Formats: sequence, structure tokens, C-alpha cells
Amino acid sequence: MLTGRSEDFSFTNGGNIVNTAFIVTQAGVLVIDSGPSRAYGEQLRRAIARITRQPVVRVINTHHHPDHFLGNQAFAPDTLAALPGTIHGIHTEGGSFNDNMYRLAGDWMAGTEPVAPTLPLAAGPLELGGHRLELIALEGHTGADLAILDRSTGVLFAGDLIFHDRAPTTPHARLPAWQASLDTLEAQPFRHLVPGHGPVATDAGPIRQTRAWLGWLDHTLRQAADEGLDMTEALALPLPAEFRRLAVVDAEYRRSVGQLYPALEQQALRTGKARE
Amino acid sequence: MNIHHVIAAAALALGPGIAAAQTDPLDSPRWGDMKKEFLPAAARVVFDERVRVIAPLTAENALNVPVSVDASALPDVKEVLVFADFNPIARIVRFEPGGAQPGLGFRIKLQQSSPVRAAARTGDGSWHVGGTWVNTTGGGCTLPSTGSASPEWQKRLGEVSSRVWPKKEGGERLRLRVIHPEDTGLAAGIPAFYIQQLDLADAAGTPLMHIEGFEKKLPTTPGCSPAAARISASPTAATS
Ligand SMILES: [Zn+2]
Repeated sequence: MLTGRSEDFSFTNGGNIVNTAFIVTQAGVLVIDSGPSRAYGEQLRRAIARITRQPVVRVINTHHHPDHFLGNQAFAPDTLAALPGTIHGIHTEGGSFNDNMYRLAGDWMAGTEPVAPTLPLAAGPLELGGHRLELIALEGHTGADLAILDRSTGVLFAGDLIFHDRAPTTPHARLPAWQASLDTLEAQPFRHLVPGHGPVATDAGPIRQTRAWLGWLDHTLRQAADEGLDMTEALALPLPAEFRRLAVVDAEYRRSVGQLYPALEQQALRTGKARE
Repeated sequence: MNIHHVIAAAALALGPGIAAAQTDPLDSPRWGDMKKEFLPAAARVVFDERVRVIAPLTAENALNVPVSVDASALPDVKEVLVFADFNPIARIVRFEPGGAQPGLGFRIKLQQSSPVRAAARTGDGSWHVGGTWVNTTGGGCTLPSTGSASPEWQKRLGEVSSRVWPKKEGGERLRLRVIHPEDTGLAAGIPAFYIQQLDLADAAGTPLMHIEGFEKKLPTTPGCSPAAARISASPTAATS
């Protein structure tokens, strides 16, 4: 596994804020997420080559966010795979994500173009070189979030459904669905948990941390909208002390308000109408 | 959904007024131009912290920046003009509070980092100016463009939803949303189309607030398409 920094995208980190991973099997290497840029994907491929002579036979994108698929160019096109919703997301939003990454990470992005996987994945067991993998199709962080449980080793690759010691991002989030996905993940028999962002854990701590943040965010913003707060007032609400230890929590709260509050405001206006 | 909405919220109560300064506290090279363009040459103009402009220091989405203006700490406010120094359409909104408190919340588009200011004219004819800097990377420009591309707004154009909340400190807050594309005229091929005027009144017809939006055509700015400051939202009045 390659651990990214718990930061925002920047010219300094070149977008390396994400965790990517690979599993070496007798039948080749399976890569889980390809990183934020062509350069990252190429480095990942070289890192794999230093460890094994096995070829990369499968590259899976857990979801369609740019830091999870923009390294796809470094790999053979016919190895790229994802859930159908992820493939669709990369087709429709990949270009604008890519443009945005150039703006946020600068030269690190040189030569990067979005490449959508052609191989659609379905939920269920996947056997590769003696590894018994389970593909778990979930949603909530985006419309299609894939988690992968390696039953042979007890490692659960959770993608961005789990953030650990870093505040979750919510540009495509649907919070109730996300919460349900967390319950599914917590029920899996894992020994190691690999979050999309933040350090690996050996217990369900990161799941509970993500659940606590999403629960607080959902409750707080709903209540704010129902009380008629303006967005500037919602932005000024204090964050509970328990979340202060999450990296980039202030910036993510600000972004989440911008992403989630408009729909809640509109709902509050509709509610008001129904009561009249 | 590619529909711009209009939401506004009333002002909050403020602390005591603070003495005015004469140099631009936001230190913007555009201040001189703004003053010349928007405020009468002969008028007394002071920077005054009693005019509060509340907006995020960093706006993640430049297409939808929340701004609240509150001049209720000033006595006898006749009108308030809101503008952003560095926007291609600098003027954002003008309102006359009438029977409402001089407070208004709305959403704007920002082309780049800029001061966002409110100038409030009081009964004695002087203008009181407050403001804040809003930083933006322009990241909002990568979002799918809004408004005219959506067939939905045409069906729902002019649809209004609203709700009144009682305020703890007395009076009421009205929040209001109007379905409208709020096109600036700066995006290639899309003519300006925006709310020019909005009047709020109570059930008896007594005027509460009069609100005006602005538009001014400029050559298309490269880079970001709907380039301008526009009220993607508008208003409300607090009836007090
Ligand atoms: Zn993500």
C-alpha cells in the first residue's frame, strides 16, 4: 500500500493525498486505485516492478474521484476495471476533474489525461491467483463506491467510504446511503482496514470516526436549514472538539456546507410551504 | 440542478458602531474606481464597521458564494449597494430596506479573489462602507455550466418558494428562492437574463424591501464562462 498525505491537493504534494494499494498474486498483480496523475501511476508501476516480476493484470478504480483514477494512463487499457457507475462518472466528469487537478497540483499533472476503464465489475467473489476477493458494491461517498475484501489476508480496501484522521470529502455524497454502507463495511470480517485517506487500522475505529462526522454533519446542516440559517451562518457554526483532530477539518466543513446546504435549504422552504 | 435560486436572509443584531477610517481597510487598488463609479462625487463616504459583510474568507465554489450584508447597526438606512471590486460586473445588488431591517443574504458569482463591499446610505446622505475579502481559486468554473443548458428552468421560470421564521430577538426572517437562470451575458452565446427587480411587501401591501439586480455586458473573459457577479440569489427582508 502507498500512503498519501492527509492534506488538500497542492502544488507541494502534487495530489499525492490518496492511498493506493496492490496485491501480488501468482496470477499477476491487482492494483487498487491508480492515483492522481500519470506521473503517480508510472511511479506506482515502477514500485510494483521492484517488488515482483508479475505483470499488472487488473487495475480497479474504487470510484470516479480524480485522485483514484488519473493514474490509469500508466497501465494497459484492457486491465482497467470499475463499477459501471464509476465508468460512467469518469466519462462524464473526468475531463473537468482533470482540468481542476492541473489548477490545484500544477506541473505534477503534466501529460495526464482521463482514461475510463472499459471492463465493468459486478459485486461478488473474484478469484485471482489464489486470493479470494470479495467485491462489495456500495454507494454514498459517490453514486458507485467499490470496497474490496481480500478474504485470504483479511484486508479490507474501503476506498473513500472511509477516511481516517482526515475529514471526509462530500462533493458527490448522499449521507444516508453512505451511513448504510458504513454498516455493511463494519460487518465484514477484516483484520486490516485500508481507508481511502489516512493511516491503516486494525479495528473499526476509522469506520466509527467517519460515521460520527457524517452523522454530525447531516444533523447540524439539517437543523440549520430548518431554523432558517443563511449559508454564511451555517459556515460559522462551531465544530465539536472531538473532530478538531481530523486533518483539514475546517476546509472540508466549508466545502461540505457549499455542497450539501443548498439542497437542505430548498427542502426547508418546501416544508414551510406545506405547513401554510 | 442547473437552476439558480434566490435566497436571502435577514440581518442579525450587531454590537455598537465603530469609528470610521479613511483609508481603504481592504487595501484594494480598485477602491478609487469603485467610489468614483458607484458613489456620488460630492457625498460624504466613510468606512464603517457597522456595515457588516459576511462571506467565507475562502470560497470553494466561485459560482455560488454566500454573502450576507447587515447594516442594521446604522440608523436610518435608505439604501444599500453591494459590489465586488474585481468582478467584470462589479455591481451585484442594490436594495432599499423600506419597512424591513437593512439586512440581506444572497449568493454571488466571483470571477477571482475580490473585496465584496456594501455601501449604505443613511438619511443624512452619507455613505457608510463595509466589506471583506473573499479568496477563490476560480475552481467553480469547472463545474458544469448552469442555467440555460437546463430545460427545467424554462418550465419553472419565476417559481417562488419562501418561508418566514420568527427571530429570537423579535421580528421575522423571510427566506425566498426564485427559479431563474441569472445569466450574466458574459458567457459566449448566452444573453443576459436576470432578475432586475424584486419587491417584497407584507399582506397589507406595505412595502418591505425593494431589490435590484444588475447586468453590464463586457467582452467575454477567457477562462471561465459565466464570468460575472450575479445574484444567483436574492433576498429577503426581515420584517421587524
Ligand atoms: Zn473520493
